[in-house]
Amino acid sequence: MLHLVLFLVFGAICVAGAINLLAQTHPISSALSLVVVMASLAVEYLLLGAEFVAAVQVIVYAGAVMVLFVFVIMLLNAGAEERTKGSHVALVLGVPGVLAGGLLVAWVLLKRSETGRVALGSLPGYPKTIGTLLFHEFLLPFEVTSILVLIAIMGAVVLASRPDAKTPSGKES
Amino acid sequence: MLSLRIFIIASVIKTVLVIFILLTAVAYTVWLERKVVGHMQNRWGPTRVGPFGLLQPLADGVKFLLKEDLTPPHVYKPLFIAAPMIAVICALTSIAVIPFGTALPIRGYSIPLQITDVNIGLLVILGVTSIGVYGVALAGWSSNSKYSLLGGLRASAQMVSYEICLGLSLVGVLIVSGSFSLREIVQSQGGHFWGFIPKWNIFYGGQFIAFFIYLMSAYAETNRIPFDLPEAETELVAGYHTEYSAMKFAMFFMAEYANMITVACVATLLFLGGWSGPLFGPPLLVAILPTFWFVAKIFVFLFIYIWVRGTLPRFRYDQLMAFGWKFLFPLAIANLVVTALIVAYRSSL
Repeated sequence: MLHLVLFLVFGAICVAGAINLLAQTHPISSALSLVVVMASLAVEYLLLGAEFVAAVQVIVYAGAVMVLFVFVIMLLNAGAEERTKGSHVALVLGVPGVLAGGLLVAWVLLKRSETGRVALGSLPGYPKTIGTLLFHEFLLPFEVTSILVLIAIMGAVVLASRPDAKTPSGKES
Repeated sequence: MLSLRIFIIASVIKTVLVIFILLTAVAYTVWLERKVVGHMQNRWGPTRVGPFGLLQPLADGVKFLLKEDLTPPHVYKPLFIAAPMIAVICALTSIAVIPFGTALPIRGYSIPLQITDVNIGLLVILGVTSIGVYGVALAGWSSNSKYSLLGGLRASAQMVSYEICLGLSLVGVLIVSGSFSLREIVQSQGGHFWGFIPKWNIFYGGQFIAFFIYLMSAYAETNRIPFDLPEAETELVAGYHTEYSAMKFAMFFMAEYANMITVACVATLLFLGGWSGPLFGPPLLVAILPTFWFVAKIFVFLFIYIWVRGTLPRFRYDQLMAFGWKFLFPLAIANLVVTALIVAYRSSL
C-alpha cells in the first residue's frame, strides 16, 4: 500500500518535472527539472524492485550526463530564452495529437503486451541477474550497443578536434 | 528479525547518534588538519581556546552562527540558497549505508552497527556523491561572479572526470568480493594468509594499484590539495564559495570534510578490511574492538590526507586533466582486466 502511494507520488513528481522542463525559460532551470525527472524515475525503478537499474540511473543520468549538461550551459553562459506567442496549428493539432498518442501507447501496453502489468517489487533487480542476462541472453545487442557508443565517441572527438588550428603544447584544444 | 517497534527506535537512535558523531568528527578533522599542518610548517596551530586548542571547533561554530549572513545583490537567489544545502545534504546522506562494525548485542537483540544495510550499498554512496557535484556547480553559477563561475566549471569538469577513475578502481574490489553490499565486502576480507598477513583486498585481492587510483581520485573528488583547483586561492579568490558568508560558507566547509570522512570510510571498508582486526579480552571489549579498528583505520587515512596537503603543491589545470585521463584511466582499466582474468583463472581451477 505504502509502495503504491509512493509510486504514484513519484510518478506525479516525474510528470510535473517534465512539464516544468518545458515551461521554464532559463536553460539551467530546465536542466534541473530534467534532473528531478531522472531522480524520480530512479525511485520508480527502485519501487518496481530494480534497485541496480535505479542506482545506475542516478549515477549515470543524474550524476554524470546532467552534470555535463549544466556544465555546458554554464560554459556558454546561456541566458533566458525568448518566448514566442506560439502557433494555432500546434495548439489545435498538437495537444489532441499528444493525447491520442499517449492513450494509444497506454492501451497497447495494457491490452496487447504479453507481459501485462508489472507488480510492484517484482522485477528481478539483483545485479547478478542483470549481469547474467547481459552476458548470456542479450550478449549480441549489448556488444552492438557498446560499439555504437564507441562510434559516437569517435564522432564527437572528430567534431571537437580542429587539426588545422595550432594548439599550444599541453593545452586542450 | 527484529520487531517493528524495536527497529524504529533503534533506527532513530542510530541516525541521531551517527549524524552527531559525524558532525563532531567533521569539526575535529578541521582541528586535526590545522594542528598537523601547523606542526609540519613549524608553527603551533590553534592553541588559545581550551587545552591544545581543543575547543577551537566550538568557537568556530559560534562564530559562523553569529556572523552576518550576506547575500550579494547580483546572485540568483533560489539556487544560491539551495546550493550549500545540496552539498551538505549529499555529504551527510551517504554515511547512512556505511557499517561501523559487527552487531551489538543489547538485551537479547542484535543491533547491527549501521543505519541501513542495503544490498547495493556501494552504488548508493556513488550515486549520492555524484549528485553532490550539483552543490558546487550551482554555487559557482548562481553567484554570478567570474571567480565563482570559473571555480564551479573547474569543479564539475574535474569531478566528472575523476568519478570515472574512482568507479573503475572500485570494480576490481567488487570482482574479488562478488557483492555490492558493504557488509559482505568486509566479511569477504576476514582471516589471514601465510599465517599473519590479513586478507584485506589491498594485499590478498591484489588491489594495491586500485587503492592507489582510488586515493588519487578521492583527493580530486573532494577538491583537496593537490587537486584543489576549484578553490585555488591564488587565482580564484576562493573559487565557487567566493560569495558565500557565515553559515552558508560553513555548510560547504562541512560538506568537504564530511566527504573526506565518507571517502575514508569507503577506502577502509573496501581495501583495508573494514572493522577486521585482532580481538581479545572480555566479551564487552570484543564487541567494541571492531569499531575501534574501523575508526583507527579512518584516522590513519585522514592523517595521510592532511599529510599530503602539507606536502604537495597544486597541479596546473591541464596537468590535472592529463593525469586523470591519460594516466589514471588506462591504469584503472588495466587493473580491471588483470583482476578479472585472475579471478576467472582461479574459479576455473
